Amino acid sequence: MLTNISNVLRATAQRNGAVALVSARTYADFTTEASFEIKKCDIHKLEEAPATQVVMTRDEGLQYYRVMQTIRRMELKADQLYKQKIIRGFCHLYDGQEACAVGIEAGINLTDHLITAYRAHGYTYTRGGTVKQIMAELTGRRGGIAKGKGGSMHMYTKNFYGGNGIVGAQVPLGAGVALACKYLENNQVSVSLYGDGAANQGQIFEAYNMAALWKLPAIFICENNRYGMGTSVERSAASTDYYKRGDYISGLRVDGMDVLCVREATKFAADHCRAGKGPILMELQTYRYHGHSMSDPGVSYRTREEIQEVRGKSDPISLLKDRMLSNNMASIEELKEIDVSVRKEIEDAAQFATTDPEPPLEELCNHIFYNDSPMEVRGTNPWTKLKSVS
Amino acid sequence: MAAAARFFIRGANSKLSITAIGTGSQCSFGATLVKLSPSSNSRTKSQRRHAAHFTFQPDPEQTQYGPTQKMNLFQSVTSALDNTLANDPTAVIFGEDVAFGGVFRCTVGLRDKYGKDRVFNTPLCEQGIVGFGIGAAVAGATAIAEIQFADYIYPAFDQIVNEAAKYRYRSGNLFDCGNLTIRAPWGCVGHGSLYHSQSPEAFFAHCPGIKVVIPRSPVQAKGLLLSCIADQNPCIFFEPKILYRAAVEQVPVESYTIPLSQADIVQEGSDVTLVAWGTQIHVMREVANMAQEKLGVSCEVIDLQTILPWDVETVCKSVVKTGRLLISHEAPITGGFAAEISSSVQEECFLNLEAPIKDDQLLNPVSQLLVSLNPRLSTFLLRSSYQWRSARKRHFVDHPIRKQHPDGLHVPSVFCILKTVTSPLH
Ligand SMILES: Cc1ncc(C[n+]2csc(CCOP(=O)(O)OP(=O)(O)O)c2C)c(N)n1
Ligand SMILES: [Mg+2]
Repeated sequence: MLTNISNVLRATAQRNGAVALVSARTYADFTTEASFEIKKCDIHKLEEAPATQVVMTRDEGLQYYRVMQTIRRMELKADQLYKQKIIRGFCHLYDGQEACAVGIEAGINLTDHLITAYRAHGYTYTRGGTVKQIMAELTGRRGGIAKGKGGSMHMYTKNFYGGNGIVGAQVPLGAGVALACKYLENNQVSVSLYGDGAANQGQIFEAYNMAALWKLPAIFICENNRYGMGTSVERSAASTDYYKRGDYISGLRVDGMDVLCVREATKFAADHCRAGKGPILMELQTYRYHGHSMSDPGVSYRTREEIQEVRGKSDPISLLKDRMLSNNMASIEELKEIDVSVRKEIEDAAQFATTDPEPPLEELCNHIFYNDSPMEVRGTNPWTKLKSVS
Repeated sequence: MAAAARFFIRGANSKLSITAIGTGSQCSFGATLVKLSPSSNSRTKSQRRHAAHFTFQPDPEQTQYGPTQKMNLFQSVTSALDNTLANDPTAVIFGEDVAFGGVFRCTVGLRDKYGKDRVFNTPLCEQGIVGFGIGAAVAGATAIAEIQFADYIYPAFDQIVNEAAKYRYRSGNLFDCGNLTIRAPWGCVGHGSLYHSQSPEAFFAHCPGIKVVIPRSPVQAKGLLLSCIADQNPCIFFEPKILYRAAVEQVPVESYTIPLSQADIVQEGSDVTLVAWGTQIHVMREVANMAQEKLGVSCEVIDLQTILPWDVETVCKSVVKTGRLLISHEAPITGGFAAEISSSVQEECFLNLEAPIKDDQLLNPVSQLLVSLNPRLSTFLLRSSYQWRSARKRHFVDHPIRKQHPDGLHVPSVFCILKTVTSPLH
């Protein structure tokens, strides 16, 4: 509590300082948009590749920065709350992979559809969930995005179908959502995310086939962070060219640490789907800084040097920051100011997530079935009955 | 990985169980039965962290199998696998991350000792793992597959039920995969939530052609696992994950087997038969002691051990003697294996029964998942005083569930049911 208050105070003090500095320079001094040379995607069964010369406006850059920084800070806060045993159970963090969620979101519309696995905090945020709702879900409170009943792995919001715990199971669902888009002719696309480990599950291939057979507007995205739990990609996959594993489905291999690469590739993929060309596959080469879940320190199957190397050389936030600064698209002070306000938002959310009440007992058994009249559910002994409504 | 194991097992080192059973002689809705120990406030942090819903009760040391060594349950599993790899050159072990020891450390050191061609990691694909195991087994290998959690066995359900179980029958005994053993961590752990808590034995108990086995302790685990591996039928061996570290015994170092389909009478008694398996045996033992102490009721505690095919004879003989039966398992009641036992016993022992058979289960009948949804709530329902450290007072003492379900603790809950079964006796 005390640290909390002092953090907020410090944040305010810094912000005041920052404001003073920023105001010394007017916004007119900044470049409002710049062109960037990005890494070329590897392509499979495609004639063209996404553009390598791309434009980013100052506003876009600031927004990507803020969102990536929010996800990063949120995950670090979750780590802290977990260690304090305020968050319990399973918790998989997304730090390191921010450019994937933010780049994908920048390449599609909020009216498009998205489904992912259990590493879901970042997507919940980019899809429209608030930090407060996410943190409160992590701590299992009423204000959580799934009413405190889902926890880390099960978060949902509009056009975001979760948050799924069973590895690979979400991918055929995503293909089904794509069928709905096609059937309704709404020109929307469905994005299904899965990991490099999940890429070896049979259902993924079943989904590829159905999507290609029926030319569904499905974007299959493999977030290749090099490990599925403790197993590196080389030890689990006969081919680590995940973008080619759809065989008859076109594919792109993308630098998943560069938000602009991800954005361009996603736009390209969405255009492909919207043009009625059927599904497309993307492999995002990325990295998770944390271990697999909170119980995994993440250093028994990879070296500390490897993690440091990625952090030092290809951190998605640093990359964007450097680009903005070196192109005079923002000032250090301005970015710092964003950091401060992000930190405050996270602190406030954490405060909420630790004080909001837990779901009430009456809700314990709700939503088992759809039922008009309440159903009786046996409690922890035969004499206690709980009501279940939906 | 190692770390996951650490996470999972934390808090399961049960030295402490429910410390105070209220003196309430009435069992009306169980409300007065359990009183939280008033001393819970003064418990040390570590004690609080380690409190579970049961106390592991080791069996007396057995010496008939040669020298013993202190082992916990995961080490006794490793020891069984070690013996197998040493004695059977055709034995291979595979599964997700098993080469590094597996999530629960059950295969630690085996790759280094026996080579990476005998202990190897598979990709993440349960259906493939089991199908592959069936193929290896039918071709003559002793195939030991690990499914990382029982909760993840469902992608392999078809391979188990349609392929493994029916191979012998449909080939007129020309082919079989009896050399296949599937191991999987099983059951509640307190904070496992939706996908790390399930007890799916009843799904498989519906399927002739496979055997389903669940041990209660390190000594039983090793002997039963070695029996499963030796058995000429495909076997599923579910390991109570909460016991991996919490259960420690003197385990024989050499190979030995404990017969399958033979229930173990862990305590003899004359008034009521208590049947359970896995972790729940320890709850039942505690209930039995309590019944003796508080009600003067003598309980016979039976560990079923093999769920399929189960030992009808031992259970029925006991019920003929006692006239009363209480079965308790972790899985949901509806369609749970207790229902099968109950129906068989009704048929075999109808005239011997003095009271209706009672089933009890740890969590909820409609769905165990229900309460597992929120890790905090599932923790609550499982444990008397788990690690709600930061806001313990609010969560533990003032938590709405605590207030309204003061009997949501397991031993007292079973005890309460037992009182109804044995009511004319006291
Ligand atoms: C069917 C199934 N099997 C196993 C697991 C356990 N498990 C959870 S995550 C995971 C690794 C997945 O790795 P990957 O797909 O690369 O995703 P990442 O964690 O790297 O994001 C495993 C084995 C599971 N949740 N579901
Ligand atoms: Mg991965």
